[in-house]
Amino acid sequence: MKIHLKKVLVSLLVIVGFVFYAIYQRYFIAQPAMVTNPPPDTVADQSTSETVSTTTVSQAETAPSADTPVTLAGTSATTATTAENAPYKDGQYDGNIADAYYGLVQVRAIIQGGKITDVQFLSYPNDRSKSIQINTYAMPKLKAEAVKAQSAKVNIVTGATNTSRAFINSLTNALSQAQV
Amino acid sequence: MKPKAIKHTRDLMGMTITVEIADYSAKESDIDMVFSYFESVEKRFSVFKDDSEITLINNGKISQSQYSEDMKTVFVLAEKTKSQTNGYFDIIAPDGKYNPSGIVKGWAIYNASKMLLEKGLKNFYVEAGGDIQAHGLNGQGMKWSVGIQNPFDPSQIVKVIRLKDMGIATSGTYRRGLHVYNPHNVKEPLTEIVSISVIGPNIYEADRFATTAFAMGAQGINFIENLKGFEGYMINKDGIAVQTSDFIRYL
Repeated sequence: MKIHLKKVLVSLLVIVGFVFYAIYQRYFIAQPAMVTNPPPDTVADQSTSETVSTTTVSQAETAPSADTPVTLAGTSATTATTAENAPYKDGQYDGNIADAYYGLVQVRAIIQGGKITDVQFLSYPNDRSKSIQINTYAMPKLKAEAVKAQSAKVNIVTGATNTSRAFINSLTNALSQAQV
Repeated sequence: MKPKAIKHTRDLMGMTITVEIADYSAKESDIDMVFSYFESVEKRFSVFKDDSEITLINNGKISQSQYSEDMKTVFVLAEKTKSQTNGYFDIIAPDGKYNPSGIVKGWAIYNASKMLLEKGLKNFYVEAGGDIQAHGLNGQGMKWSVGIQNPFDPSQIVKVIRLKDMGIATSGTYRRGLHVYNPHNVKEPLTEIVSISVIGPNIYEADRFATTAFAMGAQGINFIENLKGFEGYMINKDGIAVQTSDFIRYL
């Protein structure tokens, strides 16, 4: 009986201690830090990096009207240096709509504390059919090979039209609006 | 006698469009017909043109009852795709305006091919911005040879396939450093895929599924593997290509 009571007391002490610690963390430590965090609807990397760390196109995660949930994370050296040399005004800036050949690219740059914290795609040409339930597909063993250049002459060439040029075009435009 | 082939390339709708016809009966006017069709599509669907039907619709100058048949069709296709994708595909842009360009390309190539078939032509292809619908045989009497572009060097091809009465579309981003994420789990980067080419019964379907597969990242090739009537060739950022099990039939 005596031993049992001891166990209960020790357990209680641990639990109470944990609760106090949790409360302390939540209200006295975490809160001020959270103020500087981005709104929960952005997934920008909040490290001190000045580069474009994450770009979000997720419909569910960002603007409800963004028409594609594809998320691209990219880094751009040009953007990084620009951000360093010329701090931006805080706010959201929408770039112009750039033609990516078979669709339009438009990005929104979000500036917080003079830094680019997020780049979101407002439109993206590959914007179809994103909600397929990925995990339901089996994982067949498929043949893999390293790509190598072929010398054969062909009638036609298939390739993705270059979206990135339009991406950079729209982003540059968005950032020019954000210049101090 | 070697059959003559007529081939022309034009820049329209912000991309290069090529038509080649290998039939003896091919006439210049057949190719002109295709380009005129693409011109009419551009006039109707270009959001860059102030007087296009889509711009007039977006500016509230045309009511729904006044839409052209083509516009109605595209809206129906867009609506169908929207429901097939649980609403992820939507031609309504963030500004509330319609932008159907994601669907129009594959649809227009498909229609142009049908127009040539209706003219009695059997051996030709229509290519727009890297998406292709190929019919019959080429000028050498062989299936049309299609090269898959090297995502890391557009001047090279990395695979040659042979097509007849089918479509092929490639979706991707040809830029290293742009990583694709699973839209359902943003924090987890998928193996970075740079391109996926999809062969299908026609270019409209191949285009839609290529885009779908690309958005799925590394899983995209499994999606194509499980899709009856479609084959795929996917290239990741390390230059490793994965192909579906019956892709070999087209080599």
